[in-house]
Amino acid sequence: MNALLLLLTHPAARLVLWLVLVFAFIGFNAIILVWVERKVAGYVQLRPGPLHVGPQGLLQPLVDGIKLMGKQLVTPAQGDKVLFWAAPLLAFAPAIVCFLPLPFDARFKPLPMNLGLVLILAFSGLGVLSLCLAGWGSNNKWSLLGAARSVAQAVAYEVPLLLCVLAVAICTGSLDLYAIAGHQGAWPWQWYAVKNPLAFFIFLVCAVAETNRAPFDLPEGESELTGGFHTEYSGMGFGLFFMAEYANMVIVAAVAAALFLGGWQGPFLPGIWWFLLKIYSILFFIIWLRWTFPRVRFDQLLNISWKWLTPLALFDFALAVIVVSIRSMK
Amino acid sequence: MKRIKKAFTGLKSLAVGLGVTGRAFYAKNVTVIYPKEEVDNLASYRGHVELVGKEDAPDVPKCVACGSCAKACPSNAFTILCPVPPKEGEAASDPPVMGPAPQRGAKTPSKFILDFSLCSLCGQCVKTCPTKGLRFSNDPYLVSFTREDLKLDLLARLHSQAANSQPVPVPDTESVDK
Amino acid sequence: MHDAFDSAIRGDLSSARFEPGPTEDKLILSMGPQHPSTHGVLRIMLELEGEYILRAEPILGYIHRMHEWMAEQKTYLQFIPNMGRVDYLHAMAWNWAYAGAVERLAGIEVPERAEYIRVAVTELNRISSHLVWWGAYLLDLGAFTPILYAFDDREQILDILQSATGSRLTYSYITIGGVYDDVPDDFRERCIEFVNRLRSRLPMYRDLVTDNVILRGRCEGIGVLPVDMARRYGATGPVLRGSGVASDVRRCEPYGVYDRFEFRVPTYPEGDAMARYKVRLDELEASCDIVEQVVSSLPEGPVTAKVSRVFKPPKGEACMAVEGARGKILVHVRSDGGLKPYRVKLRAPGFSNMSLFSELAQGVLLADAVSILGSLDLVIPEIDR
Ligand code: SF4
Ligand code: SF4
Repeated sequence: MNALLLLLTHPAARLVLWLVLVFAFIGFNAIILVWVERKVAGYVQLRPGPLHVGPQGLLQPLVDGIKLMGKQLVTPAQGDKVLFWAAPLLAFAPAIVCFLPLPFDARFKPLPMNLGLVLILAFSGLGVLSLCLAGWGSNNKWSLLGAARSVAQAVAYEVPLLLCVLAVAICTGSLDLYAIAGHQGAWPWQWYAVKNPLAFFIFLVCAVAETNRAPFDLPEGESELTGGFHTEYSGMGFGLFFMAEYANMVIVAAVAAALFLGGWQGPFLPGIWWFLLKIYSILFFIIWLRWTFPRVRFDQLLNISWKWLTPLALFDFALAVIVVSIRSMK
Repeated sequence: MKRIKKAFTGLKSLAVGLGVTGRAFYAKNVTVIYPKEEVDNLASYRGHVELVGKEDAPDVPKCVACGSCAKACPSNAFTILCPVPPKEGEAASDPPVMGPAPQRGAKTPSKFILDFSLCSLCGQCVKTCPTKGLRFSNDPYLVSFTREDLKLDLLARLHSQAANSQPVPVPDTESVDK
Repeated sequence: MHDAFDSAIRGDLSSARFEPGPTEDKLILSMGPQHPSTHGVLRIMLELEGEYILRAEPILGYIHRMHEWMAEQKTYLQFIPNMGRVDYLHAMAWNWAYAGAVERLAGIEVPERAEYIRVAVTELNRISSHLVWWGAYLLDLGAFTPILYAFDDREQILDILQSATGSRLTYSYITIGGVYDDVPDDFRERCIEFVNRLRSRLPMYRDLVTDNVILRGRCEGIGVLPVDMARRYGATGPVLRGSGVASDVRRCEPYGVYDRFEFRVPTYPEGDAMARYKVRLDELEASCDIVEQVVSSLPEGPVTAKVSRVFKPPKGEACMAVEGARGKILVHVRSDGGLKPYRVKLRAPGFSNMSLFSELAQGVLLADAVSILGSLDLVIPEIDR
């Protein structure tokens, strides 16, 4: 028993344990989130949503997942088989890495490093590559259009996103999510969301766009591109994209919670609960957006980014720099 | 400046939209969870047609096998059969040969089949019947896995209705008459 | 093997004119017949450069059911149910157009009560049709929720119509010489109740959708239809009124008892998708006004004229135009004195409205083409007949 505990303190063992936990968490989360999504959609649309499988339909996503696994995997006749199947895996894999530096709780650091934010930003950028491959590999024109859209969209929204992340990082002087979250207090007025609401707003908009969620779901654009990049995917190929989408949502929500909402800190409850609560509130908001708004058009999407968000984020960043330098002068 | 103002009205409109769906989130559901609950607005639904029994003898149809409903039906949904009277000099076969109504000497149908899979619920048959022998059954629950199941034997239906329900439900001839 | 496959999938009759040409970067795309926003089975061949449309050509025929031919095989009365299937969203108007044409042909006088009921049910049906369009259009634009709100309201109409007609979608209610059946006693109260309900809901529609900045971005200035082009293609209905022409059959050549009611014919001069959108939303209110007036002055009396069950109109021909939810519906009946019509010609407004699309979609983005297509409010079964 003691030997086991000793083993657990070893960094490598902790990493493995963490990976296992992450897998479980992603799977569990996907189920919960699909359920939440459908329930929110239902209630917004004056209907109850899934109801019959499990209590309040809670097991419906699980059953759907099993159904997806049972389906035949179809590869398009003239598609590129390797790229076609590499794409969903590539969409899913970075999501796992991105979970490593998330500050779930102050006491638990799976991978001690001080560049957590960079790791997340780097790996989440990989997601767009997978969409690109999916679009190219399926040899389908709709998919190709979706892939082209996703690249332009990712490029456009990465810029303001990075700028407002930097604005926060500069205030704390660290790229470690633990440090940034720890830098804020337990109460809302100590959070960056209140201190720097503009950055928070820009981050949220970019987060929605980065995860390809409505109203920025152009790469899928069901009513325009039938399914966009995943038109040709069936079964678990589609399922992996689906899981990756939800995992990415969790990641951006978690980063937002760490950067702007004080991470795990909060009164009374243990840290992890606060963190989850904050993540889920943001997720709820993103889902709520989806079921309210129409989709923007492509050029409008780019205009929003280049004409509004990027200048605003630059402005915000400059402001943060000035504030920090004034403070450090004292 | 104008563009900034426009952007703000735009953002406001988005917030208002969120408010609308947000309110809907707490509003009461309007759907009916079908197998557990049932909708309550089906009383006036037409449903397939059925035969009307005579007032004094509910299991005898008012129908006189004239065949005009079959003729009026745009979809050829009826199969009304009566015994064909034997030809001059031939002996009546047993069982009698059946032919489409009207047949000489047949005053009631021997078989009255409605193929509901063809019916377009137009009501021409009900309107056209000279004896007011048809009415809508108001039965919306007609689902089946095969077409054969939708070939309804209206005579059998009438008999079972007469056997099951005492007193006989008042036929809804009101609405048909007008 | 690939070559064989290639030649097998290429070159059906309609796509032959879209063979890839010398320029490599053009994309030939077949949008539909199964596509989420071609509503049913319209197929559009597109030639794209990037996402810009160079050429668009609608292809019909995927749901052709030969209604006109069927008319020649059936008696006058038997053809009535067909009319509801031509345009299932505004079945009443088609029913009325056919019944009206035959009545003109045979010189049948329709009782006053029947005329009033016809107006009431047709307007209710128009509201339901516009509500479906509203929801479906927003679905095209990527908003999932409004269609369910619209359907919530539409259900109320369907309940009312069901109580009168016995059906919820294809009514066969307006028959030659009147209507099939009298309306129930509580018809008036239910109509008033519904009209009030819809009026109280319209501000919500406005808040959620009409004022929404994203929707405005998707509609304003998109698919601008100049008046002369609308005329050239014979566009009618909300599409024409969205270009600023106050043309409405109910007003220009009143049929039935429409001349007795006060109502607004909304027009917007912009001619873009937003104008068409606003015309339809205003028509919801206009129809509410009409329904209110009808049910509060509903006369007593019979609901059908005496029409022989063996109906044989005299030799001749007659024509009847009705304002449907999508525009001017026209039914032309010709009789040779027999039991069956000699010829029935149906003019579907959707057909002319759809013809516009080719020209409107030139040079626009794919997403805008979807928006334009939606704003024309096409019902494909009506176009194909
Ligand atoms: S309702 Fe119409 S289609 Fe149905 S059986 Fe009667 S006449 Fe035929
Ligand atoms: S029209 Fe009436 S009487 Fe004649 S066959 Fe049909 S149901 Fe019988």
